Amino acid sequence: MTSVALHAADGVVLAGRSPAPRSSWTLARAALLAVVIAYLGIVLLMPLAALVAKGIATGPLRIARELAAPEALFAFGQSLILAAIAVVLNGAFGVAGAIVLVRHRFVGRKILDAIVDLSLAISPVMTGLAFLLVFGRSGWLAPLGIKVAFALPGLVLCTLFVTLPYTLREVGYVLEEIGTDDEEAAATLGASAWQSFWRVTLPNVRYGLAVGLTLTAARALGEFGAVLVVGGAISGRTQTATTFIYAMSEERREAAAFGMAIALAVASMLLLAAVEKLKHRKGDR
Amino acid sequence: MSAPLPAALVPGRGGLAVRAGVTAYVVLLVAIPLAALAHRGLADGLTVFWAAATSPEALDAFALTLWTAGVVAFLNAIFGTATAWVLVRYRFRGRRLLSAVIDLPFAIPTLVTGLMLVLLFGPQEVLGQWLSAQGISILYSPPAIVLALLFITVPFVVRAVEPVLLELDPAEEEAAHTLGASDLSIFGNVILPAIAPAIALGTLQCFARAIAEFGSIVVVSGNIPSRTLTAPVLIFGEVEGGYPGSAAAVSLLLLSLALALSLGVRGLRSLRSKR
Amino acid sequence: MSIRVEHLSKNFGSFEAVKDVSFEVRTGELVALLGPSGGGKSTILRIIAGLENEDAGTVRFDGEPVGHLHARARKVGFVFQHYALFRHMTVTENVAFGLRAQGVARSEAGARAAELLRLVGLDGLGKRVPSQLSGGQRQRVALARALAPRPRLLLLDEPFAAIDAKVRQELRVWLRRLHDEMHVTSIFVTHDQEEAFALADRVLVINNGKLEQAGTPLEIMDEPATEFVAGFVGEVNVIDGIASEGSAVFGGLRVPTGSFADGAPVRVVIRSYDLKFWRDDSGIATVSRMQSLGDRVKVEARFNGSGSLFAQFPRRSSLLAGMEPGCRIAVEVTKSRAYPLVVSG
Repeated sequence: MTSVALHAADGVVLAGRSPAPRSSWTLARAALLAVVIAYLGIVLLMPLAALVAKGIATGPLRIARELAAPEALFAFGQSLILAAIAVVLNGAFGVAGAIVLVRHRFVGRKILDAIVDLSLAISPVMTGLAFLLVFGRSGWLAPLGIKVAFALPGLVLCTLFVTLPYTLREVGYVLEEIGTDDEEAAATLGASAWQSFWRVTLPNVRYGLAVGLTLTAARALGEFGAVLVVGGAISGRTQTATTFIYAMSEERREAAAFGMAIALAVASMLLLAAVEKLKHRKGDR
Repeated sequence: MSAPLPAALVPGRGGLAVRAGVTAYVVLLVAIPLAALAHRGLADGLTVFWAAATSPEALDAFALTLWTAGVVAFLNAIFGTATAWVLVRYRFRGRRLLSAVIDLPFAIPTLVTGLMLVLLFGPQEVLGQWLSAQGISILYSPPAIVLALLFITVPFVVRAVEPVLLELDPAEEEAAHTLGASDLSIFGNVILPAIAPAIALGTLQCFARAIAEFGSIVVVSGNIPSRTLTAPVLIFGEVEGGYPGSAAAVSLLLLSLALALSLGVRGLRSLRSKR
Repeated sequence: MSIRVEHLSKNFGSFEAVKDVSFEVRTGELVALLGPSGGGKSTILRIIAGLENEDAGTVRFDGEPVGHLHARARKVGFVFQHYALFRHMTVTENVAFGLRAQGVARSEAGARAAELLRLVGLDGLGKRVPSQLSGGQRQRVALARALAPRPRLLLLDEPFAAIDAKVRQELRVWLRRLHDEMHVTSIFVTHDQEEAFALADRVLVINNGKLEQAGTPLEIMDEPATEFVAGFVGEVNVIDGIASEGSAVFGGLRVPTGSFADGAPVRVVIRSYDLKFWRDDSGIATVSRMQSLGDRVKVEARFNGSGSLFAQFPRRSSLLAGMEPGCRIAVEVTKSRAYPLVVSG
């Protein structure tokens, strides 16, 4: 199994099983805890605090006004649409792909699996460039007539690319965990493959699926490099929430940039909280 | 993962259609674009590719990308392992919160991460002003890149090591204790060998993620050629500047590295699942 | 329904899991596949159910080959070792699953499920989910679920392996009673000889993918066809020797070998309860050890220059009178079986 998100899953699921806690607090233990907290504090929390402080200093009213501007609303709405498309398409693909990669046996399965991994490993800038090359004027798939440069289809393709593996890996991980017994039982009870999928397999992976879809949405909302390269952040046309932030900070319209950054951070933290909650439910199951 | 499939679960016609659809989707969405990227990189001949990929600017960008990623991977190997240790072995108030905080980078858009660092170290901000009074500049210099990458890659080592630590058999440590081993020698001789593959896995993932990063770096580094321009940012500049050929050439080199790292990660994973 | 298995073989890669196995199960019989773990028993069961495909051979239901039928079309009830209950469904939904899959109306399937839950003694637990049940209860739900669609054949894979010892005893008695009421042809897999003998009409001993012997529990115990069977069921002494006039000599003890030609190397197997020891100061062996096994006593005797044999006696047996380590004893073999000794290498 292979994804960023997946690893987060391992940890949290297993954390349900707690080893015997140690009670004695020695100086060394306290020191190590302090070091870890200091590290996470400097690396993660200080930047976050800076954003929060800026938000407070700017004032919620000012931020709300910036976010209510038509171009800001358009950018955020566009990001939501892209996220929704990614959730639907890569959700369906993720379930199907997980079944194919975990349950099927065929020549080329490992290669397919490795290609799925690759979508995580490469830089989003390269993703954008690759789509420009494939669908651009002299590209291989130019005859398909999909408008990529500075156009919505390009943004969709980029978003699909960067969110490809999340649902697949989360669902695949659960499929491997639960094994084939349930599906075999369904077969001996006379269920067709279709019945078995809807009534046994899908309910069994539902928490993994929910986690995968949430991660897909978070990743889609946050995508920047690929949509910038392909879309060019044209205000009111190809701007997404992230490219809006970029454009605003280039134009030194800081309040708009920070406002949108705060909105995105809040949205993604809500999604993260949902994931944490889902993982604990999954652990209880 | 490759145990033979029970006959009752061998896919029928519907299953084969799903397999074909899944394969087509992956090929269309990932394989063909990447192949096109590789093709464009080599389209003007090997000499042109090599010239573009090894121009002084590109070499500087690669060097910067690799050394910052290396520093970040190294730091995370140490602090990530310590964090995993604290999360697994200690019981304290706020442990759940700490664990949730570690996943933050998975959710926060990397561009927002970059912006946060600008807010922290920017010349008009409190900390930034104080630091520049001390003669330390962070923003628009490699330390900013390292900080951005650190933020983004915090979870990898922690989440790789955590499950392995959880599965460690306490009996081994207890046995070592009864044999009179010191805490330090137990860590070195019993625990470290057991978690070393997981640390390696997390560190490799961390490195792979770092060399691909764009969003946060483009805001904090200032993108000064040969000083703070990383390879992904260089690619972006070439695309924007209308040089897709040289962008593809640099991409191809970076893609090969990403592919190698991705295969390395897969190898380490299968090693772990075999044990 | 009767089952016939003819020359069944199955490989997993280079591993031969099942090698040319043939047997028959008559209508209404309860048959055990007995043997050590990894010996191919479960694979045979799974092939009969259609969960695995055979590489060679034929499985027939009532004389009809079923090799072309998918598992879902065979109408076989299968009880999995780890129950494989659907965890997101209630007990009733689990039991009704097979009927619902066949398109039976919800109310009718629910009624049948309730009837089966009554039969397996789980009345009133229909609304629970599997995680709220004990291991024994789950096993009974699994059984009810398998029986609900009225299967022609019931297959149970190590049905009691995951249940603790005391509940296992109760479930065994209960399963036998259930079978006597329903008369569904049944095959179960077990590695526990006691379980096989307590439950089954007939026992098939499987080892290394091969059928070693098929017979009633008594036949298996008393007339083990192969050395493996003799050794697998119960504790035994093994003596190697040369046949001479219908017996082999072991440290002064003559052990009958049956019809082996003079000079043939033989291996003789004697069960620990087929030996009699009693104190006799002019006896041929010496007691080297006496070990209490609770209600039984295990006595080990040294035979001059040939090694040791052991026997077991009830704690109050008169044979134990005056016996103590170091004393001399007389020995009698009440029953033994001899097999040709294959000299390897």
